[in-house]
Amino acid sequence: MKERTDDFDIRRAHLKNMSDEQLHDHFWSLVDRMVQPLVEEARTNTSPSIERSVLQRMGFSSIETKPIVNKMLEKGLLGQGAGRLVLLLAQKKGISPREAGLGLMRDEYWEELP
Amino acid sequence: MKALDPNTKIDIREVLEDLDKYRPKRKGWTWRKPVENQKIGPFELKDTSENLKHSVPLPSAHYFDDIDPQCDFVITTEIASGRFEDDIRRMRMAAWHGADHLMVIRTAGQSHFDGLIEGTPEGVGGIPISRKQVRASRKALDLIEEEVGRPINFHSYVSGVAGPEIAVMFSEEGVNGAHQDPQYNVLYRNINMHRSFVDAAEAKAVMADAGIVQIDGAHNANATAKEAWKVMPELLVQHAVNCAFSRAAGMPKENIALSTVPPMAPPAPKLWLDLPYAIALRDLFEGYKFRAQQNTRYMEADMAEATITHVLDTLVSRMTSADIQSTITPDEGRNVPWHYNNILGVNTARQTLMGVDGLMEMVELKKEGYLPDQVRELKERAVVFLEEIIDNGGYFAAVEQGQFVDSGYFPERNNDGIARDPEGGVAAGSIIGREPDYGAPVCSHFGNNCYPDKACDAYGGCTLCDPSKIAFIDELDETDNVENRLKKPLAEKAAGMVRPEVQWAGDGIVCVTLFVPEEPMIAEAAALEMARKMGLAEPEVISRRLIHPAEGSLFEIKGVLDYAVDTNKLVIPEKEEVMPDDEIEAFVRPRDIHVVAATVGEDEHSVGMREIIDIKHGGLEKYAFHCHYLGTSVPISKVLDAIQETGAKAALISTIISHNDIHRINMRRLHDLAVERGIRDDIILIAGGTQVNDAMAVECGMDAGFGRGTTGGHVASFIVGKMMGRKNHQP
Repeated sequence: MKERTDDFDIRRAHLKNMSDEQLHDHFWSLVDRMVQPLVEEARTNTSPSIERSVLQRMGFSSIETKPIVNKMLEKGLLGQGAGRLVLLLAQKKGISPREAGLGLMRDEYWEELP
Repeated sequence: MKALDPNTKIDIREVLEDLDKYRPKRKGWTWRKPVENQKIGPFELKDTSENLKHSVPLPSAHYFDDIDPQCDFVITTEIASGRFEDDIRRMRMAAWHGADHLMVIRTAGQSHFDGLIEGTPEGVGGIPISRKQVRASRKALDLIEEEVGRPINFHSYVSGVAGPEIAVMFSEEGVNGAHQDPQYNVLYRNINMHRSFVDAAEAKAVMADAGIVQIDGAHNANATAKEAWKVMPELLVQHAVNCAFSRAAGMPKENIALSTVPPMAPPAPKLWLDLPYAIALRDLFEGYKFRAQQNTRYMEADMAEATITHVLDTLVSRMTSADIQSTITPDEGRNVPWHYNNILGVNTARQTLMGVDGLMEMVELKKEGYLPDQVRELKERAVVFLEEIIDNGGYFAAVEQGQFVDSGYFPERNNDGIARDPEGGVAAGSIIGREPDYGAPVCSHFGNNCYPDKACDAYGGCTLCDPSKIAFIDELDETDNVENRLKKPLAEKAAGMVRPEVQWAGDGIVCVTLFVPEEPMIAEAAALEMARKMGLAEPEVISRRLIHPAEGSLFEIKGVLDYAVDTNKLVIPEKEEVMPDDEIEAFVRPRDIHVVAATVGEDEHSVGMREIIDIKHGGLEKYAFHCHYLGTSVPISKVLDAIQETGAKAALISTIISHNDIHRINMRRLHDLAVERGIRDDIILIAGGTQVNDAMAVECGMDAGFGRGTTGGHVASFIVGKMMGRKNHQP
């Protein structure tokens, strides 16, 4: 930020008469306003690490999650959720999610994904 | 694995055995259990928690019945050796000194590693955090906490571009605490800000469900800022960003710990600046936890200076509040922390907190004047900082404009803050919008999800519900792994060889302290030459302290002593067995045994001798010895006169002053004079003092010598043993 001198006395004029409690409430309402768009972005987006962590929770090792997620990313499928795709595939084929994921790793079943 | 035996080293091989099947005992954080007005030894203490089963008390504890009171704060030590197999031994030592929050530092560069690291490669300035390393450490800690009798919190970092995966792994493996703060990624690791926050929400949701206590990253601004005290308003904002974001991700307040450091160090007026800040923080963040860190920003190589700053940091904790008292090793300003310095750091906190026990029952902080005025000003400066962020377009825009970590005291700005491009940095462009039918059929997931809770029931449960599904990878690197690293130290151990160490098993590093009476440049070159002459390889000055420009400097030099001692060839003195009290008394009482005692030479120290003879200290009188105490500065001839007058069987001389070897001279004189008077064979001569030991005393003609830590019982046992004609009388 551009250099500037300490103009605290001017900036604080509207805070001067607040009680401590009012000041605290003001502090937290500003914080909530600042954080709200960050939370919203997190709610509506995902990332390769999140998707790998989902597959990890479904029982895949780190060596397995990476190629599956990378390929879904390449194919533009990651926005549907890696775990959901694996689970749908498993249900469609009547196999376990693990078998479905390992199949994808071997480059099989991709055409059967939604 | 069987329980640890306090007298046996932890078996790393056993820790590694069947690791693929090991499950941690529990998940989540554990606080200490406070005990009000606890009576420990002769004292009633105000700020303590439950005692330990096994510990090493503070050095002076032996004056107070060897008590080892435990403060009410959790105590942290940070471990960064780079080899987890050595970290485990260090953790055990730290736990015995009162640490119950063991934080392992990650290897340099792990933040930018896109995925989980597997196996046990060696790290730099920390360890590569992998599942195997975490599981082995947690398994060892499960044993260590049983040994010391208090739960131990294991901690590492959930940051970088693989945060969600690390968080899941930590939940699966029973890690109890973790750093998580997306601002750390953004400001200090230049990881793309959108990615950092999106990942952070998922990681925090996982941590929240696992009961993992979160520590934020605000303290890094103290360590990075040009003038640490000027970032105080911003720190309040940084803490708030992470707190509010964490709560939105489902983390309860009581699991969110603010990492806060008193920013200053002497000769700056430390408390004058630190205390208002500490209070402002605790006011604004009521209900959250506080992880009080010690200062690293103004830390030099001088360990005593660092320790004193850390004592003052800890005092600030007690004067305000803390839930976790973190410690910094006093050698962090000179090298990667050595294991015994982890212990020094823990002891700094432990000693300080016991020393100020009950302080705030006696004093209170002023409600008027400078202190509350300054507290208010700091809060207002934080508020105007926030107002500017909102006015300028929000958090991302503020980071882009370089509003954070500027060296100006806000609202002053010096145009030197850390600025980041919202569309740049590591992993830029890597977040993906969730489609309307996006789903993640697992537990602890954050954000839009087409599945309801417990969607993992559809396939029998995710790893957080069914740990048997966790995929364990052993090693991926055939050469860089724990098995290879252990070969040499374990072979040497099996052969009975031992080397000095400070960091890794048998690293051979030693530190010598030298004062060289020369001007600094000559003194330093001479000190290094002296270290080489001592046989130290790679000598390096790790601390230099000017004592006087012309009269000399003090150096600490580290070097490698490449030599292993064969313990099989060592001659170990036999340990004397102290007779039971009743056996001593049964011998002494019917025999009417007289003993003469005196502090000899020009020496006025009397306390040590009184402790050896007085009944109230459990001294010789307790066993029915008749003690004739002649006082201090007694000439040797008077001791002999007294022996002859009283018919004493033993004479005890205390000789504390050792200047010019006067203690040895007095011992020899006593022996010689006894021989001269023809009574040497009839009398037991004993010397004691802080600089006395048995071998030296015997060499000077005494029958025995006693040093620090001696009690009346030791002396009584020796006299009786000698009178009974026992040969083994080694004290």
